[in-house]
Amino acid sequence: MENSSSGRYPSASLPPAYFTPGSSSFTDFLRAQAPELLPSARRLPEGSHVQAPHGTTIVAVTFKGGVLIAGDRRATMGNVIAQRDMKKVFVTDDYSAVGIAGTAGIAIEIVRLFAVDLRHYEKIEGVSLSLDGKANRLSAMIKGNLDAAMAGLAVVPLFAGFDTEAPDPDRAGRIVSYDVTGGRYEENQGYQAVGSGSLFAKSALKKLYDPDADAEGAARAAVESLYDAADDDTATGGPDTVRRIYPVIVTITAAEGAVTLSDERTAAIAEAVVEGRRV
Amino acid sequence: MTMPLYASPEQILRDRSEYARKGIARGRSVVVLRYADGILFVAENPSSTLHKVSEIYDRIGFAAVGRYSEFENLRQAGIRFADIRGYQNDPRDVTGRSLANVYAQTLGSIFTEQIKPLEVEICVAEVGHLPEQDTMYRLTYDGSIVDEPQYVVMGGQAEATTTALKDLFSDGLSLADAVGVAVRGLSSGSTSTGNGKPDLLDRAKLEVAVLERDRPRRAFRRIVGAALDAMLPGEPAAEEDVSTSPTSEKGGPATPAKDVNLPPNDDKA
Repeated sequence: MENSSSGRYPSASLPPAYFTPGSSSFTDFLRAQAPELLPSARRLPEGSHVQAPHGTTIVAVTFKGGVLIAGDRRATMGNVIAQRDMKKVFVTDDYSAVGIAGTAGIAIEIVRLFAVDLRHYEKIEGVSLSLDGKANRLSAMIKGNLDAAMAGLAVVPLFAGFDTEAPDPDRAGRIVSYDVTGGRYEENQGYQAVGSGSLFAKSALKKLYDPDADAEGAARAAVESLYDAADDDTATGGPDTVRRIYPVIVTITAAEGAVTLSDERTAAIAEAVVEGRRV
Repeated sequence: MTMPLYASPEQILRDRSEYARKGIARGRSVVVLRYADGILFVAENPSSTLHKVSEIYDRIGFAAVGRYSEFENLRQAGIRFADIRGYQNDPRDVTGRSLANVYAQTLGSIFTEQIKPLEVEICVAEVGHLPEQDTMYRLTYDGSIVDEPQYVVMGGQAEATTTALKDLFSDGLSLADAVGVAVRGLSSGSTSTGNGKPDLLDRAKLEVAVLERDRPRRAFRRIVGAALDAMLPGEPAAEEDVSTSPTSEKGGPATPAKDVNLPPNDDKA
């Protein structure tokens, strides 16, 4: 529906896509106005296989009063470490965060677009999306990446959010995992991990997980599990005390919303974990 | 009435201006002013859900008067413009100036090319990292754009409010003082005050928001409820009667009531 009474829009004004009422999705607007900016605007010829950096092992753990999501810092390209201090966990809005595993470049672009989409919706509508709405939006973006995934550029996120409408505030932290086709799965067992080191991380969490832990306890469990993943998976990086590169940890609680733990706190937790493993 | 065979362009544009001005004067006013820590928006708005003041981007705010459907459409277009610029480049590359220019071009085109102009007047405000970098742009229905230094008054009886603000406004006000100045200014131009009605607009009729210079990410913040009450100016006794005044214009049933057991306003002088 155009902003004009005579059926054509004025020549020097913004194109009609800007004035379409009823659409509060930034992704849909980009598709109409600038489709080349979408992550799925990548033409991959048949049978191509691109070498690109991959990021790995994200863990998410619920605790009493919230949820936590943490990721290691290594990005690999084949046998080479492409980046030592990559950030793979991002705060996407006040009550949600996403960690990514898979092709780093595409994944970061998807998370960036996701965060802008959430904020865009909130500005247009005046209220935030519900947690399920946010999880569904992310699912649609992963679905759009399926062609690239088949060419070897898969992206698999892990979504953690605080449900402000949950009946029990102690159990309001929620984890949603995805597969490469965009399928979304609610995680009810309290923890989840994605990436090449996820099996090792989940085995560790099977013994370390405590649903009534506080944020500090949950962070400790997460860093322990990332350490175990790094121990057995070459594509996952452990805490680097020499360079002071530690996992990125984001906690989401009612009081503070989604916050990235400071470098000092993460360093303290990681160094304690490393000390505990000393023989 | 027969359509004239020929109407001069001046006549056509003059008629359109008249039409737009009348539409804007029929509505309620909005005041945008600078204070020590940023930019304050105060709108006379009885509705708590249909907003006249809104966030466009991290440090850019939008206020409008006139026809709601039209300025709501412009508001959404502005948000899309800012978000696509910020996404393509970087959030720091989105400026109030570029947005104001786009609005000016859009409004100007619609004014000259469409049969009916948009009956809106809008203000685009950007809070800078330093007080000298704050900007407020006023855009009128015909695409004129003005960079205002201290305050912007739009809609309704704007002259009465502007006159009041000339005396009340000073640079570097605190937030509470700035709210007081704005509410007093709006109240002197409002049709819901004076003549047996309370002298000042109360919380239920106001929409207040700020762009705060030092907020880390998104500068825009609405001020509602008790936080707003604390900043409203006013004669201590008069404030309580306002909520049950039978002569007050009611925008909608959704606004929360204050203490409802007070006698109606007519009984008091």
